Amino acid sequence: MDALLFQITSGITTGFIYASLALALVMIFQSTNHINFAQGEMAMFSTYIAFTLVQAGVPFWIAFPTTLLGAFVMGFVIERFVLRPFADAPVLTIVIVFIGLLVIFNSIAGWIFGYEMQPFPSPFPHSWGTRLVSAHQLGIAVVTLSVLAAVYLFFRFTSLGLAMRAAAQNPVSSRLVGIRVGLLLAVGWGLAAAIGAVAGIMAAPIVFLEPNMMAGIMIYAFAAALLGGINNPAGAVPGGIIVGVLENLAGAYVVGTELKLTTALVMILLVLLIRPAGLFGRTLRTRV
Amino acid sequence: MTMTGYTESLTPAAAARRNFGKGRVARIGCVLAVVALACLVPFIGTSYQTLQMTFVLIYAIALLGLNILVGYNGQLSLGHGAFFGLGAYIAAIMMHHFGLPYWSTIPVVAVLCLIGGFLFGLPALRLEGHYLALATFSLALAMPQILKYPAFAQWTGGFMGLVISPVPVPAGVPLSSDQWLYFFCLALTLVMFLIGWNLMRGRTGQAIIAIRDQPTAAVSMGINLAYYKSMTFGVSAMYAGVAGALSALTAQFVSPDSFDFFLSISLLVGIVVGGIATVSGAIFGAVFIQFIPNIAEHISKSASWAVYGVALIGFMYLMPQGVVGLIRRLRGVISGAKRSAA
Amino acid sequence: MTAILEIRDLSVSYGASRVIFDASLGVRPGSVTVLLGANGAGKTTLLRAICNMMVRTRGEIRLEGQPIENMATEEIARLGVAHVPDGRGTFIHMTVQENLQLGAYGRRDHAAVGDDFERIFAYFPRLRERRAQPAGTLSGGEQQMLAIGRALMSRPKLLLLDEPSFGLAPLVVKEIFDILRAINRADGVSILLVEQNANLALSLADYGYLLETGRIVMHDTASALSNDDSIRRVYLGY
Repeated sequence: MDALLFQITSGITTGFIYASLALALVMIFQSTNHINFAQGEMAMFSTYIAFTLVQAGVPFWIAFPTTLLGAFVMGFVIERFVLRPFADAPVLTIVIVFIGLLVIFNSIAGWIFGYEMQPFPSPFPHSWGTRLVSAHQLGIAVVTLSVLAAVYLFFRFTSLGLAMRAAAQNPVSSRLVGIRVGLLLAVGWGLAAAIGAVAGIMAAPIVFLEPNMMAGIMIYAFAAALLGGINNPAGAVPGGIIVGVLENLAGAYVVGTELKLTTALVMILLVLLIRPAGLFGRTLRTRV
Repeated sequence: MTMTGYTESLTPAAAARRNFGKGRVARIGCVLAVVALACLVPFIGTSYQTLQMTFVLIYAIALLGLNILVGYNGQLSLGHGAFFGLGAYIAAIMMHHFGLPYWSTIPVVAVLCLIGGFLFGLPALRLEGHYLALATFSLALAMPQILKYPAFAQWTGGFMGLVISPVPVPAGVPLSSDQWLYFFCLALTLVMFLIGWNLMRGRTGQAIIAIRDQPTAAVSMGINLAYYKSMTFGVSAMYAGVAGALSALTAQFVSPDSFDFFLSISLLVGIVVGGIATVSGAIFGAVFIQFIPNIAEHISKSASWAVYGVALIGFMYLMPQGVVGLIRRLRGVISGAKRSAA
Repeated sequence: MTAILEIRDLSVSYGASRVIFDASLGVRPGSVTVLLGANGAGKTTLLRAICNMMVRTRGEIRLEGQPIENMATEEIARLGVAHVPDGRGTFIHMTVQENLQLGAYGRRDHAAVGDDFERIFAYFPRLRERRAQPAGTLSGGEQQMLAIGRALMSRPKLLLLDEPSFGLAPLVVKEIFDILRAINRADGVSILLVEQNANLALSLADYGYLLETGRIVMHDTASALSNDDSIRRVYLGY
């Protein structure tokens, strides 16, 4: 019984990591209708920045927000200078651009920081740990939930957040009320990169730091985003948690670790076969 | 995710008519010239260059198959490396465990991959756009894991993979094994392209394209959506499988990690670079995915993939419709200039 | 008196096909100007061209003397042009309150925005009742009111209205036009109105232009147009 409970709680905490990255995917999807396949690699790169700062003696809780700021700038710049020229390009062309970004980040990270695994110390005090959850797991929950709450408050209650939602929903009308849609798209990319960076930094102590650390997390985040409803940011959190728990239980009780990825994905696909809009995808009845 | 951005201005019927027009002679002449050049490769090039060109042919087959699915039918696949791997392993198992001749593997692989692709396509029918991307993405990730799975290791060789013997040159043929294999692949490439070209310009091709552009209208015209979409998946998997089998024969070795996600991604890159919804684009795409990584490595050993990525994005910027798109545009400009000169 | 909006020799096209040919028109401050014409004459296109929205233009467009033809849509909006597009363009997943809030997005005087909410709700009491509802759940007439309300939230100098009567019941249309008249009188907002219902439009307007297949063929005061024989036959139906 304890073992089961342990699997579930640890699944929930990794689920928070998936949820953060899934939220980043959903945010970009909402305003562009594209899945940024390079999101995970951008998060990995940001994690290396945090690691480098910590190695240089910067206290973690200063390095963390600094990295998020850096990630924001990186996302903003990528949208403005790499994606903008492709604004009217066909979907597959943009998929290929994302793939290009993915290999660029992966390769540059390997080139600068090396391919060997680096331990990334958990920033949370050991005293937080209990019998059921480790200090780091609790820390993940606290940090990711705070970030998700901040994102919610930003979109719900600030004028900029409102404008960003408007720009994603109806760019034409947004321009008519004076919203600088192009600029906000870049801001959205920046925010998504920062949220993704949270996922990377929280995951690093678990999976170790290396250029391919986000590959598995990215596919789970993609699944979580679809499961939660790709057009619903609020769905990313339950989506991530379900995926995290499913993955853990499949690994522990169904097929062992060799096939846990496969099994978890098959289960998610079965759910999507039954509910194609995702568990929390929204449809709104409109009158004309 | 829809592929409508690629909708060609030419309807398939118009394209077929154009093929029968005055351009037809030039077109056939062009194809014959390319085939003749291809025949010279093993005699001019070194053994290593011949091997590289063999892989170009193999990728061209896989790309044509993927393009039928993604370009012509509008179903995105991030997982065709899995069918490529499936074909390679079927061929390797037939030769390694049963001692069957190399040529016998091709029809078996074709049939099995056709069935496998069809069966995968059936549930995938309900999954559109990004969901299909996830499903095929999963397939690509799952394939190496399944190939490594201990329970199958007695057949697949687990982590180690399988070694297969070199392809024998028939008695009396004055060619090296590499040269013979090259011609074997060239012959199969021609056959597969002929099949693909015939398929796409006929009624089947029209149905496949109609499903991409006007799914509702296609159904009301009596096109069986489920059958055609699954069958397109099957045909496309067959192409990938045959290419995989040929790659196993060429490399004389199969291992799980040769058929990872990166292979699937390379194939997708190949069709977009070559030109979505084109037959000849497969050849340009194959040249790209075979040679650009090597060139990138020459430019920078330590960050070769970064160079590759930059090349890829630059390529998309300069040729958003791929190589064939660029050729068409140039041809349009030239014929426009001719017309205004006349 | 300088015109608030002045258009000179304007040509507009969608891609390669030209829709408006050398049109010139002006809107005087505080006036209601109507653009009349049959379906497909290019009325909506002309309105879109003013906001540089989805079309290519050639010619001169000046807002209070300042050339705006090369400005981005959002910048033109920030100069005080509020466009209520065809199809209303409300944010259907957002609440009425949020839609109105977005109308005030470009404004700097945040303190006054609260008063403007009250002003809009005074004009359209039904919007107050539905302020927490998603805009997509409103009736057609209510959505039109919301679209106008959103436009007013920006305190515009110039209000562009694209067929506000479209698809609405006559009583609702009357209500909306009464409010437009009140807005014009009370706030001094200049209005450029596109309308198929010529009778209704001329009753509101001071001045009118007649557009036929992309060309302005006639312009005069509203009362003169109402009494013109050809207009009466073709557009007023009596």
